[in-house]
Amino acid sequence: MIGSASPPTWVGSPVGRVEDDALLRGKGRFLDDYEPVPGIWHAAVVRSPFAHARIEMIDTSAALDLPGVACVATGEEIASVTRPLPAVVETEVEHFAAAKSLVRYVGEPVAVVVARDRYLAEDAAALVMVDYEPLEPVLDLEEGLVVSDRQFSYGDPDGAMEAAHVVVKGRYSFPRWTGSPMETFVTIADWDHSNGSLTAWANFQGPFTLHAVAAAALGLSGSGLRLITPGDSGGSFGVKAAVANAVVLMGAVSRLAGLPVKWVEDRVEHLSASSSSTGRITDLEAGFSVDGELVALRYDVIEDVGAYLRAPEPATLYRMHGSLGGAYRVPNIAARNRVVLTNRVPTSLNRGFGGPQLYFALESAMANAAGRLGIDRVQLARRNLIASDSFPYTTPTGAVYDSGDYERCLDDVLETIGYNDRVAAQTTARAEGRLVGIGMACVVEPSVSNMGYISLAETPEQRAAGLPKSGNSEGATISMSPSAGVVVELSTTPQGQGHKTVAAQIVADQLGLSPADIDVVADLDTHTSAWTISSGNYSSRFSGIGTAAIHKAGRILAERIRRIAADDLECATEDVVLKDGRASVIGSPDASVSLRRIAGRAHWNPESLPDGLEAGLRVTTYASAPNLEPADAHDRIASSAAHGFVVDVAVVEVDRDTGSVEILAYASTHDAGTLLNPRLVEGQIHGGFAHGVGVALMERLVYDDDGNPKTTTFMDYLCITAPEVPDLKSSHIETPSPFTTLGAKGLGEGNTMSAPVVIANAVRDAVGVDELELPLTAPRVWALMEQA
Amino acid sequence: MAEITVTVNGRTHTENVEPRLLLSDFIRHRLGLTGTHVGCEHGVCGSCTVLIDGRAARSCLTLAIQVEGREVSTVESLASADELHPLQKSFQENFALQCGFCTPGILMAACDFVDRRADPSREEIAEMLSGHLCRCTGYVSIIEAIYEFSRNSSGLEGS
Repeated sequence: MIGSASPPTWVGSPVGRVEDDALLRGKGRFLDDYEPVPGIWHAAVVRSPFAHARIEMIDTSAALDLPGVACVATGEEIASVTRPLPAVVETEVEHFAAAKSLVRYVGEPVAVVVARDRYLAEDAAALVMVDYEPLEPVLDLEEGLVVSDRQFSYGDPDGAMEAAHVVVKGRYSFPRWTGSPMETFVTIADWDHSNGSLTAWANFQGPFTLHAVAAAALGLSGSGLRLITPGDSGGSFGVKAAVANAVVLMGAVSRLAGLPVKWVEDRVEHLSASSSSTGRITDLEAGFSVDGELVALRYDVIEDVGAYLRAPEPATLYRMHGSLGGAYRVPNIAARNRVVLTNRVPTSLNRGFGGPQLYFALESAMANAAGRLGIDRVQLARRNLIASDSFPYTTPTGAVYDSGDYERCLDDVLETIGYNDRVAAQTTARAEGRLVGIGMACVVEPSVSNMGYISLAETPEQRAAGLPKSGNSEGATISMSPSAGVVVELSTTPQGQGHKTVAAQIVADQLGLSPADIDVVADLDTHTSAWTISSGNYSSRFSGIGTAAIHKAGRILAERIRRIAADDLECATEDVVLKDGRASVIGSPDASVSLRRIAGRAHWNPESLPDGLEAGLRVTTYASAPNLEPADAHDRIASSAAHGFVVDVAVVEVDRDTGSVEILAYASTHDAGTLLNPRLVEGQIHGGFAHGVGVALMERLVYDDDGNPKTTTFMDYLCITAPEVPDLKSSHIETPSPFTTLGAKGLGEGNTMSAPVVIANAVRDAVGVDELELPLTAPRVWALMEQA
Repeated sequence: MAEITVTVNGRTHTENVEPRLLLSDFIRHRLGLTGTHVGCEHGVCGSCTVLIDGRAARSCLTLAIQVEGREVSTVESLASADELHPLQKSFQENFALQCGFCTPGILMAACDFVDRRADPSREEIAEMLSGHLCRCTGYVSIIEAIYEFSRNSSGLEGS
């Protein structure tokens, strides 16, 4: 903690970040800063300029003639040493790391040049001649190739919809966008011909299910793919899950070139050809009783995953499956989920991951329903929120909501924003002819994914034929050196969230030390780290399950230390307390032994250890959250372990002359369970909020009618900037999760889920329309006003 | 190839460079000063910002040959071995960084900005920051860090 004495516990305190000193000095170690093997060569990728075309011919001779060029690997050559990337749902469309004969999106790799330096590689890439026969691209979601079509029914949605007093129908389109981290994709690949294996360094973020995907595509089994991620990563927001594909591409190129190869993606490549959120059309019917009870929901979803169904997609569609009813106790839910291919870049993880899309439909419907029913939006929500005494609450689709007090959060946000005064001010403003609107939304924010939810893309019969899938575990290692130095090794691949700080807080509490005494290693090496398929940093899993692994390892190590100390101090293990670097007997602080002495004994004189204790002090262990079973025969799935709650209210004013939207006030109340470090929490919330406001007002990946991406630089893709982020009043209540070790839940995605629809609802209210599309740029809002 | 002589962080270097070599690549890969980061290579994100003769500049939009005879300062020049620069401390105290990739560029821009603009308002700081993209923080903590530094830095030497 900055400038104060030790708190009662480090966990929960605003401990300063252990990451900062190096980063501030410019001594962070990002992957482009690495030269892990000597003699690295540099790659540039030749990419398709067409959204759909046949490759007629590739001529690499001019490129190969350029001095300093070692190799030009064509898609066909790359395919000759790789296999198609395995997909969650097999389709007729084979997906190789580079296109063999047909390109399906602008930016798809068709060849890779390897040269002495990046400048030469780009020169040579420009000399690779490719003849294309352009084909008609498919861009309309409703005309896309359907690769998965599943229907779900829970309760009696047809009967309930039939009996409903009011059915609110709407079509809600959510745009493609991207978290676009400031550091682009980087991969270093070093193929070893001596044993046919690959060592790859990549700023990958997990999930490590994709390690298996990459290994399979490279034809590697067992330990054939050693994947190393650096301790520093320049942001990800889900996007860098897709780096796994670059590992395959560059692994194959390194093999073909017989050289270690480094590839650093440029921003144009990143914005056009790396990854994207899904685009989604949701037709939603919401049925209400006469007094506003939400009785049924019927979703009809078309999910655009781009040119290939790339693992882990269609995960975006199923991540929220347990939460199709949102924060409401709606018993009857139907859903039809169609996954379609279009000639756009394949999709993958992106902050919010299905949540922004789901809640844009559901909470828009709630806002429109309030208008139709003539019930105040707050009252309508209150009428339907899951009651605080019903937790743990099992949703019709199978999620187990762990804890919450949704009404208290609602009361809190209304007080924070001064709701009644805002409504009065709106009335006054309207009387003056101003377009002021108020919007709200309630969002359940799942965290710690059950890897099994992806199998909902298959029918129960298809699932029954294979290995049942669940999985949410995380591993960690803690060791104490002979001189009592403590090192924690993470498998959570942080990208800025402060995992090292929180790990140091947890272990400092357990060992009676200060966070500054704990060294935390965030680099992950699949040959040495304690990882599993669900390892990594996605779906806000650190605070729930990453910490559980650290806590469990620390608890086991502390117990071992206390046993050795008890032997030394001739007391019972349970009477030993660890504090200030010493182990002492409760109530007799003079009877104590230093950690250094205990560690020394474990390393230098292991023969003397109490029975059953092994030499050294190193613990590797895994933790798993409860309840996350495979999907059942009725397609119910506990899709996540923990569920936070977020309720937001926004007040906006629309400029009558220009259509521009100004956010006058914004308040958000979170319940993320126990807060582990309140300052890190605020950082996550403000960051997630900025992304949410960005997609509400300006951020969108745009394609023209020929499938050309038009937002390929930061001059066209408008990341939200400092003057555009509105003031956020953020507050918290805490209902600890009974399913996570420290009671904490994920919280970095909630406002990315809520802000787009909250702002949309406020604009609806201001302008007086039901249907609108994001982002709410001034020309679009202008058009809405014309229509209203 | 052209020979250039440039002073970087107080040390003078004479190097042969291709005329097309970007200053950002020269700093990172020739001099090994990897604290300067490259986020877009088209001058929008601001990650690569350094000081040239004391003024903030995009090193990705500058050729190495353009700094012939000039003084360049990068993020590595700010802290001493023992102590962070007060601006860096203010970033640490305000939790003004997460992944830290955009941070070096913002630090250098803020040095120049506070040097030129005494007691800036938060709105003026946000306006300056509009030339920098940060995807992690939502900017509010960065604005606060620069604001606090600007209020505490009057009379500080060399900042």
